[in-house]
Amino acid sequence: MEAGEGLEAHDYDVIVIGAGGAGLRAAIETSAAGARTALISKSLLGKAHTIMAEGGVAAALANVDAEDSWEVHFQDTMFSGKYLNNWRMAELHAKEAPDRVRELERWGGVFDRTPDRKMSQRAFGGHTYRRLVHIGDRTGRELLRTLQDKAVHQDVDVFMECTITRLLKDGDRVCGAFGYWRPTGEFVLFKARAVVLATGGAGRCWKITSNSWESTGDGHALAYEAGASLIDMEFVQFHPTGMVWPPGVVGLLVTEAVRGEGGTLRNSEGERFMERYDPKRLDLSTRDVVARAIYTEVKEGRGTPRGGVYLDVSHLPEAAVKTKLEGMYDQFKELAGVDITKEPMEVGPTCHYFMGGVRVDPETGSSSVAGLFSAGECSGGMNGANRLGGNSLSDILVFGKRAGAGAAGYAAQAAAPQIDSGQVAGAADELTGYLSGPGTEDPYALQTELETAMQELVGIFRDEDGLVAATSKLEELQRRAANARVPAGDRAFNPAWNLCHDLQTMTTCVEAVTRAALLRQESRGAHSRLDFPAVDEYWGAHNIIARKAPDGMSVEPVPVAKIAELEPLVEERKAKERA
Amino acid sequence: MSLRAFQIWRGDGEGGRFADYEIESQVGMVVLDAVREIQRTQAKDLAVRWNCKAAKCGCCAAEVNGRPRLMCKTRLDQFPEDDSIRVEPMRAFPLIRDLVTDVSWNYEVDKQIPPFTPTEDADWLIGQEDVDRMSEFRKCIECFLCQDVCHVLRNHNLKSNYFGPRFMVRIASLEMHPMDALDRTELLEHEGGIGLCNITKCCSDVCPEHITITDNAIIPLKERVVDRRYDPLTILGRKLSGASRRMKS
Repeated sequence: MEAGEGLEAHDYDVIVIGAGGAGLRAAIETSAAGARTALISKSLLGKAHTIMAEGGVAAALANVDAEDSWEVHFQDTMFSGKYLNNWRMAELHAKEAPDRVRELERWGGVFDRTPDRKMSQRAFGGHTYRRLVHIGDRTGRELLRTLQDKAVHQDVDVFMECTITRLLKDGDRVCGAFGYWRPTGEFVLFKARAVVLATGGAGRCWKITSNSWESTGDGHALAYEAGASLIDMEFVQFHPTGMVWPPGVVGLLVTEAVRGEGGTLRNSEGERFMERYDPKRLDLSTRDVVARAIYTEVKEGRGTPRGGVYLDVSHLPEAAVKTKLEGMYDQFKELAGVDITKEPMEVGPTCHYFMGGVRVDPETGSSSVAGLFSAGECSGGMNGANRLGGNSLSDILVFGKRAGAGAAGYAAQAAAPQIDSGQVAGAADELTGYLSGPGTEDPYALQTELETAMQELVGIFRDEDGLVAATSKLEELQRRAANARVPAGDRAFNPAWNLCHDLQTMTTCVEAVTRAALLRQESRGAHSRLDFPAVDEYWGAHNIIARKAPDGMSVEPVPVAKIAELEPLVEERKAKERA
Repeated sequence: MSLRAFQIWRGDGEGGRFADYEIESQVGMVVLDAVREIQRTQAKDLAVRWNCKAAKCGCCAAEVNGRPRLMCKTRLDQFPEDDSIRVEPMRAFPLIRDLVTDVSWNYEVDKQIPPFTPTEDADWLIGQEDVDRMSEFRKCIECFLCQDVCHVLRNHNLKSNYFGPRFMVRIASLEMHPMDALDRTELLEHEGGIGLCNITKCCSDVCPEHITITDNAIIPLKERVVDRRYDPLTILGRKLSGASRRMKS
């Protein structure tokens, strides 16, 4: 197929791929800067995974605890990330989050209040002070809706239910993207001076996950294929508390706000087991610690009959549970038949968040490929080895804005790009191949095999045998996915056809996870190796970069990007933890 | 585990039919689980829209045994075990394929509503009681089930005359924001067509977020429209200014 010949084509200064919080915030920024902006969303607008965020957005406003400051937020973020975070990103995030949250309020976002009518802030795991601005347990919905309202009234062209399958390059720079409309299956070409990837994570590659349908690692794979570096891919956060029953909802998120509001974890013997794992922070320890604790309790026979532990809020006032945790009350009542004001919930770990992603310049969100930017879960560096709850909503605001400004700035000085029709034809051929090619593999069967392999071999605890087995299984699945064939139907809204390509992005993304996990021979944050149970000094000073090489995927260590001026803050926190 | 029968609408804008499927049901299974299991094993191109499977995104709206519902929140065990469960797309919107409808009209309506516009002297000190009042409206997950069941839209297809319950809720959330400066009552009365709602409360009945759409959003907005229209001072003010986006008095 020749570019422009019967193919729907658009021309923009900036295209933003992904319409969750990071994508929306980026698009607001690019259009405010005067860049002609397209926002491309795989689902309907306002449905992105951000909507599921519950507990709050972390920002050191010091509305509730006056002692809070950006310095402490920075320290908490670094401690939780086991000092593998990009220091500058953690600094910018802690410094700018308060302004981003205030800005949201000025755009119409509504949050719970303190008695003196300021935005209220709640306690959360790993945060020294009460820091999470929230509204009940639906903060992500509020954030997404506020950004959505802002963007649609600000000259951003929205392309809904449009999936991007490939980035196009003009020499060394990115110059556009190719994809298809889900309702019709027709192909579409976007020519652009700059591209922002804000596609979220890839939790859908695991069997037990809190992630929605969309989280298939599209941005990770698009960036990788375009030659960009990925960082910290071995760090996948398992949220400690997902539902474990009934079968259809296994993995569904139970917000950390449950513990933030005073909920307690107990094993089948009635013991508050967190006393053994983190006597200082107990139920509000960091997510990596709590997830491992729950996993261990269940594995050692102290779990509930359904394979979880108990999470109890029945000691809290009923009215408080129904207002502060309204969503959880409804969720358990309607899906599990459990009244959480009277009975404990049963919970267990669920795949939740990718700390790793596109390696970006902290100031601009620029990747290692010219014209390609990234923000939010799809990018890496900010969260290091383990993300603090509440830091994802602030991350998408701070770095969504920065990536938007970076992309608009780049687009303003970039020359008009040239589209290579050969690349377009290649992208189209891949998709039509699943419909009419000689393939025989059922995409649904491949997806099930992928989820099973990742769950069993690349879960909370890992070891060399499992990771080696996973890499060969992924190689096999990639081979077979290239041979996928749509079992029924044509192009119009055909999930089977859509899944054929998603298998490519998912397997690429988790190959990076698996190879980086194999290389990191230590246990740190969300990465736990049974065969290397301790932290290692060398690895404590190195991140892992994954990128496309002539003979496949390369993974290699690079030194952590430290900032001299921040050393005293980091040393102060390390000393405090030792004490 | 027991065998359950389903009738699922298969077709597109040109026409279609109900197709029969059977699956083994599991404890606690919801309609979306069943539809996805049928998709995975029997009807691999079955078009269905879903994202979160947690009743938070509002994608999987459909009609189950004739009632507009979220498939992810509708448990199978509430229906008699021997009866077939009928799943079909929302009727108020054009069909794309199978269970997926074209809801883009809603996004066009949304664009017509002037966004939150703060007063110049806003101090951003807001009471929890104001938050609680707005919070009900801001819970909306935009599943459009209320639009689907609204007889003005569903039976009379008056989409060019009435914004529908979802956007009455949206406007209520803006109008009741203590820092918002705009007055959207003219919009409500004219383009919004609030007068077409005759408060049958069908929308409140189907709302998965239990928003009391009619009582708490539509009726108070109707009162505001009437107050503005018949208040002599407002009429004078309206004559003196010609702006379409009026400031609140």
